[in-house]
Amino acid sequence: MSPQMYERLWTAFLETLGMVSVSVAIAVALGVPLAVFLVLAAPGGLIRAPYLQRALAAVVNGFRATPFIILLVALLPITRLLVGTTIGVWAAVVPLAASATPFFARIAEVSLREVDAGLIEAAQAIGCHRWHIVRHVLLPEALPGIIGGLTITIVSVIGASAMAGAVGSGGLGDMAIRYGYQRFDTEVMAIVIVILVALVCLIQFAGDFVVRRLRER
Amino acid sequence: MTVISSADTASASLRRDFRREALDARPALPATAADTSLSVVFENVRKIYRSSSGPVHALHGIDLSIKHGSIFGIIGRSGAGKSSLLRTINRLEAPTSGRVLVEGQDVAALDAAGLIALRRRVGMVFQHFNLMSAKTAWSNIALPLVVSGAPKARIDERVGEVVALTGLEGKERAYPSRLSGGQKQRVGIARALVHRPDILLCDEATSALDPETTLSILRLLKDINRRFKITIVLITHEMSVIREICDSVLVLDSGRIAEVGPVWRVFGDPEHPATRALLEPLNRDIPADVAEQLRPQPDSGASSAVVELTYMSKSGLEPDPVAIAKAFGGPFRLLQSSLDRIEGHVYGRLLAVGPARLAGDVDPFARVADRARILGYVPADV
Repeated sequence: MSPQMYERLWTAFLETLGMVSVSVAIAVALGVPLAVFLVLAAPGGLIRAPYLQRALAAVVNGFRATPFIILLVALLPITRLLVGTTIGVWAAVVPLAASATPFFARIAEVSLREVDAGLIEAAQAIGCHRWHIVRHVLLPEALPGIIGGLTITIVSVIGASAMAGAVGSGGLGDMAIRYGYQRFDTEVMAIVIVILVALVCLIQFAGDFVVRRLRER
Repeated sequence: MTVISSADTASASLRRDFRREALDARPALPATAADTSLSVVFENVRKIYRSSSGPVHALHGIDLSIKHGSIFGIIGRSGAGKSSLLRTINRLEAPTSGRVLVEGQDVAALDAAGLIALRRRVGMVFQHFNLMSAKTAWSNIALPLVVSGAPKARIDERVGEVVALTGLEGKERAYPSRLSGGQKQRVGIARALVHRPDILLCDEATSALDPETTLSILRLLKDINRRFKITIVLITHEMSVIREICDSVLVLDSGRIAEVGPVWRVFGDPEHPATRALLEPLNRDIPADVAEQLRPQPDSGASSAVVELTYMSKSGLEPDPVAIAKAFGGPFRLLQSSLDRIEGHVYGRLLAVGPARLAGDVDPFARVADRARILGYVPADV
């Protein structure tokens, strides 16, 4: 393999990291508030907004039901509107974030819902506002589950980012398809697979480690 | 009853500060505060839950007042409405109708800020502790102050005080999962006290604890009540909890008041079937071997009378062996006893066997106990 090839692999690796981290950052920034709202506005919750809650829940389910490869194509007009192009790393971030946000929000919602109702009652009894309950009870108590969900989200976004390679997003998936599939360069494909497997393992390990530390308390 | 008195002198200044600040912090009472000796007043409080199978009446018009500085117990079977009643005090539950006055203030009339101010004056302790697992003991206790925006110096000072008060020194940095049940409840009590409340609500605070730990937690509660004059309202399904620390008791039966009054009177002379049912475990049955040979009338084979004597401190009569022997007209033996003394009043039951001198004549015994009954006759050798 030529030195240029290694350079291209390195660039592709950085592109993948960039795509994944920006998409996941957006997913967390939007997904956590979304999950908190879905839990607070659920029947019997601390906020009364049943229609908005149901509408948002439906949107979350709609996005989650759409396969990523279709979402990728369906969102092209929006991607063009937001990024100005439909090719490249930044163009891939839009469908990646659009798919990761509801995915992560749903996992976070489940973790938040599992927080003992007694803790919320206790928080009310000691004079907590709604925001205090979110800040001091819901989020800290659900944190291990949210971190676990974050790990799953990152791994699935890495997978989806490779799929985005099919429409020219750049990154490792793009390389594997162009060299491995279109030029029969098995070596490049193998290296890409090794890198992706190593990346996923590392993230899973780190995620599990953090969750274990949190649960030990 | 003296409880944990070793720390009394050390706590003298703490107590002074505690009361003074509590008084300073209390807003002026509105004109509705008719009787200032009352801490909590319930006026015709009803609670109806809607369920899929129709409305469920949890409380049927409760009228009740709880005095300042008392330990008031609410007892009843599960589903009797105890929890609903307790939760109307800090409006974790709103009554369907009727009024709840806390320190003269109508709880239902409070706005969001007023409700939070009320909850800071009413501490609450839970059966399952309800501690935040992601926070240390210290942070759990500090939480009520943190959310009220108290400055750090005051938080440290107050948390330090209640940690000492509840005997949690050395456990401040521990997470709840590392604490025993008793320690967790002490953290729960410390958290409830950190705002120096006027009222402490205990929701089955000892029901998840073993008997020994229960006793130590009850002593702590009594100590807190005596030292800081905090009104304690507790709910329980255990008679022993009421007997141990309460001044007054309310027996709740299917959302209605069955009986209410000083513990010694309600326990000594239970009038309502619900109270009797709760007391039942304390009144054991006649021993099986005696019951087997019990005859309704004395005969040649059954020459001893089995007499039940009940004391309920009505007449001030106390179990006097000499008087009982006189009533029997000879020496007698005790078969069973469940006597207890609550606030200087003796109540309970004695089962005695002695000569059946006057068959069916209960009069001599009526003079030695509040209530006397001849249960039957057995052979002299029983």
